Amino acid sequence: MTARPALVPGAPRLASVLRAREAGTAALVLVVFGAATLRDHNFADVNSIQQLLVGASLIALLGVGETLVIVTRNYDLSVGSVLGLCAFVVGDLFRHQHIPVWSGFVIAIALGAAIGAINGLITTVARVPSLVVTLAMLYIIRGVDAKLVNGHIVLPSQVPSAFAAVGYRNILGIPWLAIIVAVVVAAVGYAMRTFRPCRDLYAIGSNPEAATLAGIPSGRRVFMAFVTSGALAGLGGALFLALFAQVDNSAGVGYELNVIAAVVVGGVAIFGGSGTVVGAALGALLLNTIQQALVAVRSSSYWSEAIAGALLLAAIAFDRWLSLRVARGLRSAKGAHRDLSVADRGSPT
Amino acid sequence: MSGGPASAASRGASADPGPGGSGQAGTVLHLRHAAKAFGAVQALTDGSIELYPGEAHGLVGENGAGKSTLVKILAGVYQPDAGELIIDGEPVTFAGPAAARAAGVAVIYQEPTLFPDLSVAENIFMGRQPVRTGRRIDRAAMSRESVAIFAQLGVALDPARPARGLSVADQQIVEIAKALSLEARVLVMDEPTAALTNVEVDRLFKVMAALRRRGAAVLFISHRLEEVFAGCQRVTIMRDGRFVLTAPATELDVDSMIRAMIGRDLGAMFHKTGVTPGETVLEVQDLAREGVFSDVSFAVRRGEIVALAGLVGAGRTEVARAIFGIDQRSSGSVLLLGKPLPGGNPSAAMAAGAAFVPEDRRQEGLVMDMGIDHNVALASMGRLSRGGLIFRSAERKLALTWASRLQLRYGWIGNAVSTLSGGNQQKVVLGKWLARQPALLIIDEPTRGIDVGTKAEVHRILDALAADGVAVLMISSELPEVLGVADRILVLHEGRLAAEFARAEATEDNIMRAATGQAGKDAA
Amino acid sequence: MSSEIAPPAPGQQAPPHVPAGDAGSRPPLWRRALRWETGLVVVLVAALVFGSSESATFASQTTVFYAGINIGYIAIMALPMTLIVVTGEIDLSVASMLGLSGAVLGDLWHHGWPIGPAILVALVAGAAGGALNGILVTKVGLPSIAVTIGTLTLFRGVAEILLGSQTIPTSSDRPFPTWLTNIGVVPVPGTELSYTTVIFIALAIACGVVLHATPLGRAMFAAGLQSEAARFAGIRVARMKFWLYVFSGVICAFAGILLAAQNSSVSYNAGFGLELNVVAIVLLGGVSIFGGRGTIPGVVLSVAIVGSLQMALTQMNIDPNVQQIVIGGLLLVSVILPGLGRGARWLGSRPGSLRSGHKPPWARSVRHRL
Repeated sequence: MTARPALVPGAPRLASVLRAREAGTAALVLVVFGAATLRDHNFADVNSIQQLLVGASLIALLGVGETLVIVTRNYDLSVGSVLGLCAFVVGDLFRHQHIPVWSGFVIAIALGAAIGAINGLITTVARVPSLVVTLAMLYIIRGVDAKLVNGHIVLPSQVPSAFAAVGYRNILGIPWLAIIVAVVVAAVGYAMRTFRPCRDLYAIGSNPEAATLAGIPSGRRVFMAFVTSGALAGLGGALFLALFAQVDNSAGVGYELNVIAAVVVGGVAIFGGSGTVVGAALGALLLNTIQQALVAVRSSSYWSEAIAGALLLAAIAFDRWLSLRVARGLRSAKGAHRDLSVADRGSPT
Repeated sequence: MSGGPASAASRGASADPGPGGSGQAGTVLHLRHAAKAFGAVQALTDGSIELYPGEAHGLVGENGAGKSTLVKILAGVYQPDAGELIIDGEPVTFAGPAAARAAGVAVIYQEPTLFPDLSVAENIFMGRQPVRTGRRIDRAAMSRESVAIFAQLGVALDPARPARGLSVADQQIVEIAKALSLEARVLVMDEPTAALTNVEVDRLFKVMAALRRRGAAVLFISHRLEEVFAGCQRVTIMRDGRFVLTAPATELDVDSMIRAMIGRDLGAMFHKTGVTPGETVLEVQDLAREGVFSDVSFAVRRGEIVALAGLVGAGRTEVARAIFGIDQRSSGSVLLLGKPLPGGNPSAAMAAGAAFVPEDRRQEGLVMDMGIDHNVALASMGRLSRGGLIFRSAERKLALTWASRLQLRYGWIGNAVSTLSGGNQQKVVLGKWLARQPALLIIDEPTRGIDVGTKAEVHRILDALAADGVAVLMISSELPEVLGVADRILVLHEGRLAAEFARAEATEDNIMRAATGQAGKDAA
Repeated sequence: MSSEIAPPAPGQQAPPHVPAGDAGSRPPLWRRALRWETGLVVVLVAALVFGSSESATFASQTTVFYAGINIGYIAIMALPMTLIVVTGEIDLSVASMLGLSGAVLGDLWHHGWPIGPAILVALVAGAAGGALNGILVTKVGLPSIAVTIGTLTLFRGVAEILLGSQTIPTSSDRPFPTWLTNIGVVPVPGTELSYTTVIFIALAIACGVVLHATPLGRAMFAAGLQSEAARFAGIRVARMKFWLYVFSGVICAFAGILLAAQNSSVSYNAGFGLELNVVAIVLLGGVSIFGGRGTIPGVVLSVAIVGSLQMALTQMNIDPNVQQIVIGGLLLVSVILPGLGRGARWLGSRPGSLRSGHKPPWARSVRHRL
């Protein structure tokens, strides 16, 4: 019996589709970089590139956690305020309790994870849309943060130099900060491709009903996604402290929408189910590069926000057009037609 | 679309691997005398089926015969009220779908449940991906095993491609592969060929043969009788929620099958008022929607009840939706009371006097969480307001009037319609449209999921409407209903009008033949 | 149709309205009173009592006046937002439109335009922005949460392009005309209320009448609860949503002008981050994030609660940040409570009705199947 091939002509492999999206974003980064360098050669010098990497690092880091959450069709709007809170708490502990440098990181991550756990619990157990939960948490955390800060800004002199070193030291010209973030991106990116529980996240976002049918513990997975997002936001707080060595109550304000913009531009579908953390990080890099390029070219950086907005809309529309086009391909391949299937509506047929 | 008897026979020959296939070596699954009711509706009264390993077993019956409920019991979605399920000689109860899967029963539904963003291989193995050291997913192994499963099925599908964009036929193959990877021993396929081309049907049969060679049993549910003959060794027929008979396919033919599917006394269930039809209300000319239906032309006059009969998938609902404007038409025209209706514009159709009671009342017919009064008033808001403001008392009065006219059983007129029984919900939908005093009422499956008592009431309502001069276009899959209520019956088969019968000359037999494409073939 | 429906066959009684199984009759008075709005009234009274007891100056007309100034422009934006959320969508670009309209106004003023036409152009910009949202959501079919996050960034960006980091009027500009700046400073003649308060009340009445007493309002609820059924009943859901977005754009532009009047100046980051305040007020007011439920009176009560709490805490010299915490906490509680109720109901429901993880409509695009 002959095996008749059933290949759909020209159908791409999934891995290559994903990589193409990432490559597209990377290519755009290079294009913008190249164009800016043409106008101002200093754009390509070491300092400038370091600034580019560092400037994108925090958003990229938050983007990793946000990607996990958005992939499951949820949203985490609290990342910016978590970052700010953790930055301050660690700074405050440094100046008052003189905790060791390494524990600064640990505490920041733990605090972030705890808040993420609260977000996750409320979303999965009380079945409240994550948009609303994390929005409320944003308020609460900002309030708590500001109350704690209360004018007692953490100053550079209060931050141990070993800790702050993370913010400005380089290895072979590459900033530590960027390396740390790159390591996180690589590690999480690898995990998302390699471990079953992480693959479950994609399944949950791609078809939640099918995921439940397949026996995936959706509640638990989504909870872990929020914990991770919180933990990474906490780490971001520690890195913020290291980078700026100064924390007031404006730390992290407004980051969440920047993060979502970066993530979507980087190829993470806003309706879940697809996207990579590498893509998200590249998206952050792209948006930051555009901003810096505008400054370097000495037109106002005032255009960067508008461009980011336009890019965001374009990315959403493009991703949607793409999935529609593929679906249309499906429909024309069908020879026959069928009625609405009302078999599963709860009424017996 | 389907070949004639000759090719069906040859397909049957190649699909049957020979005596080793349908061994009597112990039943793998036996469902005995299962019953299931939903509220007042008895969906299954006596469902029985027995499957041997390595056989392809067809299950046929009209809509409403109970096949779907039986399948859901096998799948573990429902627990039967009575009867027992025996797997490998042991009685079992499935607490849920997972238990059924664990016992080796896999159901391939008409709507595949795949993850569009993930690869084919990952769809097959989701949650159970092969791993190597350190619990890392072994993509190479996953790909290899997918290819192996596909080879067993005799197909070649690239495991690395995203599931999005797969044709329905290919999605089915992936679902079958998924079932195989779970070591399924019983595969239930619910109307698998409804959306397939001839070529794809052939391939599906080859896949079924491969499954049988592995010793799995395939339960093949279909309306397409030639395919049942072509692909199955034995056939079980159900009717009115009961098991009727099981026989080897060789001992049956289309006639005997149809007779077993519909054999019943009609009885004088319907009181039909004699009405002289008046002017033409609806005129449909060469209506077509690409890929769905074509060359549909008919007319409905005042006082007439015209039924559109046919199998699931024949395109009846699509025709109705195109007439009313919910869907766009590709060509043809619709005239209501002599005036042409613009396509794709339900408001225009409503303004011209058309009304549409949809098939799916929960999603399309009613706003479930809204009150009875609000739902009844929903299509008449303009007439119930004065100076732009809703006149609450007028709204209430309208709702109460119709509730009593239609003998609605409810608690309080402001209760959400979700609190009503199916039959009463349907009355609310009717009330909504009748409140507009339409010239044309299109009603899709008027009594689906409704208890017998309310069914009769709905039929009386339709009868009275016709007597009052309304033109009624009714879509129904229940032959007794069609025969009892309609003045004329139009039968659709795969998107085309296959036959037209006047009330006097219509029988269940000739409607069924026309619906299954037998009309015009070997006249009995 | 003149005749009655055919009478029942002989032998069958015509039933009077018999209570069906679990439907029951009209719920008792206490049950009907136990609604969200009742809870809000209680909270409002508590807030007012709290305020008066903790601050001597609380119970005065000045308080009401300044509360109106502080929260008025935000409250005004909450009204079209309510309508949009009721239809099952969302508009996160509201605060950015506020900023953008101020920027348009400022930019034109800076270039010498008279104030009247400048205001007009700003309002038109609002309509255009709203139309952009509307088209992307209804015609292109993108999920509204994604679209409005995009336009939020876009509008803010355009505002930044127009104004840069300047604050208009700059030292070299004419100051805004007095009649405009008075709006933010002087009460409406004959009352002690600020202009924003009066405008809010008027708009609230209008929106309330539309939502609760007109066919259009009923259509909004239907679209939010079950848009398919609404469409099947002849309601033009897409057209309605489109115009709602335009309406929102215009109102937010109007709020931006009010804010400019209050501050006597505009800068590009006016109203930065306020969209979340607006959403919070709407949700606290009992409007369901899933669509199909909510009342204008509830939102008005919510505005009153937030406004009075803010005033009370300010007068008590309590940290404005504590206000943040309080509002966030209120919001959280207000969504968890019904959420728990929903969770409990889901646990007890029949197996056939699998509505787990019901996604809000604004997170869906038009059915993206395989």
